[in-house]
Amino acid sequence: MSDETKFEPRIVAFLCNWCTYAGADLAGTGRKQYQANVRVIKLPCTGGIDPLFLIKAFERGADGILVSGCHPGDCHYNSGNYHARRRWNVFRPLLEFCGINPERIQFSWISAAEGGKWVETINGVVDSVRALGPFEGYHKINAIGPDASSEKS
Amino acid sequence: MIEALRKKAEELLRSKTVDVVYGYGEGSVPERTRPVFITKPEDVNKLTWNKYCVYNLTTYLKKQEARKLGKPAIVVKGCDAKTITVLIKESQIKREDIYIIGVTCTGIGEPPATKCKACDVNTPLIYDELIGEKIENKEFSFDERYAELDEYEKLSEKEKWDFWQKQFAKCIKCYACSSICPLCFCDRCIVDKNQPQWIDPSAHPRGNLSWNVTRAYHLAGRCINCEECQRVCPADIPLNLLNKKLAKETEKNFKYRSGYNVDDELAMATYKEDDSEDIFK
Repeated sequence: MSDETKFEPRIVAFLCNWCTYAGADLAGTGRKQYQANVRVIKLPCTGGIDPLFLIKAFERGADGILVSGCHPGDCHYNSGNYHARRRWNVFRPLLEFCGINPERIQFSWISAAEGGKWVETINGVVDSVRALGPFEGYHKINAIGPDASSEKS
Repeated sequence: MIEALRKKAEELLRSKTVDVVYGYGEGSVPERTRPVFITKPEDVNKLTWNKYCVYNLTTYLKKQEARKLGKPAIVVKGCDAKTITVLIKESQIKREDIYIIGVTCTGIGEPPATKCKACDVNTPLIYDELIGEKIENKEFSFDERYAELDEYEKLSEKEKWDFWQKQFAKCIKCYACSSICPLCFCDRCIVDKNQPQWIDPSAHPRGNLSWNVTRAYHLAGRCINCEECQRVCPADIPLNLLNKKLAKETEKNFKYRSGYNVDDELAMATYKEDDSEDIFK
């Protein structure tokens, strides 16, 4: 009974097609187990991830987000991950400034050969977000209703 | 100073160097000014200059209505002039297509605007003609420049969230902040796109957060801190805090300050191989 009500975080992972997605695939073909809280979204490159994707994920009820792509220097499109790195370096502090715990938005580089690192990383993300608990603030503003946000918890 | 400004404007219009002068004119009360567009040399007496000339007139460089008037000369303060540097860098205007009348400024507004406290561009950094006595530009340290952020950065996560939720709850989605912004020049803004609907168009807390974060983020490494968004906000949301936070992060991470040097690469359009790796696992 208590198991049913236990909080399970919802994690959205934005992965690049060439490295991390292949890395996650490798973990699967290698029969490695990892926590099933993650919903993977495959994109061509981390450089093509608009910060709005992250906001949208939170709007739709995500408790945590992982963005992962090729190691610097390994980008399939040469420089996509370098551009992404610049972007996240300013976007994450902005969300933090707005009161979003930075642990809810994590970044990593995982290559196609690093199935083990994928397992480790995603387990780490799930555990840290589980410790934080559900993203109540955002869930509350997602609720339709006149005073949803001003309601004091 | 006003005389010199009018004389210069008249000279430019008579010699047909420019077709129109964007400047400040008298408003309905002495504490207000309004933008004026002078196309005839005999009208130059409408131009004025005083501490209430708060507007950043470069925002008209993006408006079709103003562009139709022809080649402009534009009256700019030091802060406004930084916009022109960014617009040139972003290929929105060509340097030779505008004539910049820089005015030296010791602070505007009554009480003085926040941006004037740590102003380091009393004399514009870019101009064709300078009106007024040249002022030695001051220098401020990194901490002094972003001092107003301190009290907000100190707050706990929950306090920050509550503070911004309270602020964003006031947002009525009028988009005045992006209409006034000289650097928000997309023909079609992300809020106007509805296939898919990226940002909830109603003034609902969810869409309000998305909109305000996105607006600020789209100005990351670009905002020149003219504070016009904050001034025009009918709900008094301290929007400039978000812009300033991004400016701080951009400077801290990439050593880049928007609008100061026309030779600098745009922060978000370039990268360095040794950019910070701290947040990546």
